[in-house]
Amino acid sequence: MTNTLTLSDKRPEQAVFRETLAAGEPWLHELRAGQTLRILDLEGNQAVDTLFYSLADPRERFDPQRTLRRQGSLYLTTGTVLYSNLGKPMLTIVADTCGRHDTLGGACAQESNTVRYALEKRYMHSCRDNYLRACAHDGRLSKRDIGANINFFMNVPVTSEGGLTFEDGISAPGKYVELHAEMDVIVLISNCPQLNNPCNAYNPTPAELLIWN
Amino acid sequence: MNDMNVLLEETIPGGGHASLIVKRGQSLRLTDLRGGANVSVMLVNAAEKSERLNLPDTLKCQHTAKLTAGHCLYSDMGRVLAAIVADTCGWHDSIGGVSNAEEVHERYGTGRYQELRNAFHRNGADNLLVEMGKWGLGISDLLMTLNLFSRVDVTHAGALNFVPGNSKAGDYVELYAPMNTLVVLTAIQHPLDPDPHYAPKPVKLTLSHASPDVAELCRTSCDENVRGFINTERFFL
Repeated sequence: MTNTLTLSDKRPEQAVFRETLAAGEPWLHELRAGQTLRILDLEGNQAVDTLFYSLADPRERFDPQRTLRRQGSLYLTTGTVLYSNLGKPMLTIVADTCGRHDTLGGACAQESNTVRYALEKRYMHSCRDNYLRACAHDGRLSKRDIGANINFFMNVPVTSEGGLTFEDGISAPGKYVELHAEMDVIVLISNCPQLNNPCNAYNPTPAELLIWN
Repeated sequence: MNDMNVLLEETIPGGGHASLIVKRGQSLRLTDLRGGANVSVMLVNAAEKSERLNLPDTLKCQHTAKLTAGHCLYSDMGRVLAAIVADTCGWHDSIGGVSNAEEVHERYGTGRYQELRNAFHRNGADNLLVEMGKWGLGISDLLMTLNLFSRVDVTHAGALNFVPGNSKAGDYVELYAPMNTLVVLTAIQHPLDPDPHYAPKPVKLTLSHASPDVAELCRTSCDENVRGFINTERFFL
C-alpha cells in the first residue's frame, strides 16, 4: 500500500484558509474549482466524515458507488476521482500520506448507535447530528441531501468472504489527504465524535483544514 | 410459503421497473426465472419518505459487505425496512450500485426506442428515478442501492470483481417487511456485469401474507438486529 502514498509540495504558510476543527464539530465550506483542500489528521486515527455537493446545484452530489465502479476499486487514495451522481468529476485526490480512505462505513447517528451499541447510546453526539445542524443553519441542504459519505483516515476492509471489519492503525499524527476541486463544491464535514469503536482510537481529536488557490 | 397467503404474483420483464408498498407483516419474494438476473433496489419508509435505505448503516451494524438470509436492511433511522428471510443464492451485492445511461451506452451502444420499441436499452438509475417520481421522490433520494442476485468480490488490495453465474434459474430471495416499506426496483443488468450484450433478465415478484415468525432468523442473528427490531416496533406504538 506504500506505493499509493503521495506527498504534497504545498506550503501551509501559503494557504488562503487555515483552521483547526475541534473533535465533534461540523464544518460547511465552499471550495472553488481549481482550489485544493487539505484535511490533516493532527493527532492520528481521527475519522473525518465528509460529503461533497455541487455549489451550482446541490442535488448533484458525491456518488460513492459510481466512484468505486469507475476506478474498479473499493478504497480511495491518490488518483481517485470523486464522481457525482450525474457522472461529473467533482474532486481528485492529489496527495495522500495515509493510503486508504473508506466509503462503506458511513456516518454515525443517534439511531445507528442504538442499533450498533445499545439503546441507551442514543444521546451521545454523532456525525449526522452535526450534518443536520450545519445544513439547518446553512439553508441549502437538508436531511434529504445526506447520503453516504467518505470517511477520511478510516480503514474498513472487506474480506474475501464478504465480511466488513473496522480496523485502525493506518493513519497517524500528521497524515493528510489533499483534494483538487474540479468544480465549485460545498464541503460538509463532521469531525467524528464516535466514542464506541476504534475509528477514532476511542479518543476523537482535532483535524486541520487548509485551502490553497 | 403457503399459496393461500399469496396476494399478488407478477413477472417484471428484463429492463422493467416497479414499485409497491410491502405492508408490515407481508413478504416479497423475488425469483430469478432464467438465471443471471440482477435487481437494483431502493427501500423507503412508506409513511415517512425522508427515511430511506442506508447501506452503510446496514453493513456496519452487521459487519458484512454481502447480504444474505439472516441480514436486515436498515433505514437511516435505525429501523428494519426489510429482513432477508430466505435466500437460495447466498450473496447480494451492496457495492456496485445501479447502472446509469452513460454506462449502458458505453457497454451496449445505442439502443433507442425509435428503432427497438420496448426492447430499447434502459438503465437502472433512470428506471428507479421514474418509479420514485411516482411517489414524490427525486434524485436526492436515490442513495446507495442494493443489487439482488449479484456478487462483487473485493481483493485484498481493493479491486472489484463481478462474479458471473451467482444466481441460477429458480433462485429466490425473500424480503419480510416489519414496517410499511416502499420497495422500488428494476430488473436490469449489474453495472459491472461484463456481458457485452444488453440482456436484462426477468424476475417474478410474489407478495404474500407472512407470519412474523419468519423474521426470527434475522431478528436474532445478532444483538444489533434485536435492537433494530425494537426500534422498528417502537415506530408503531
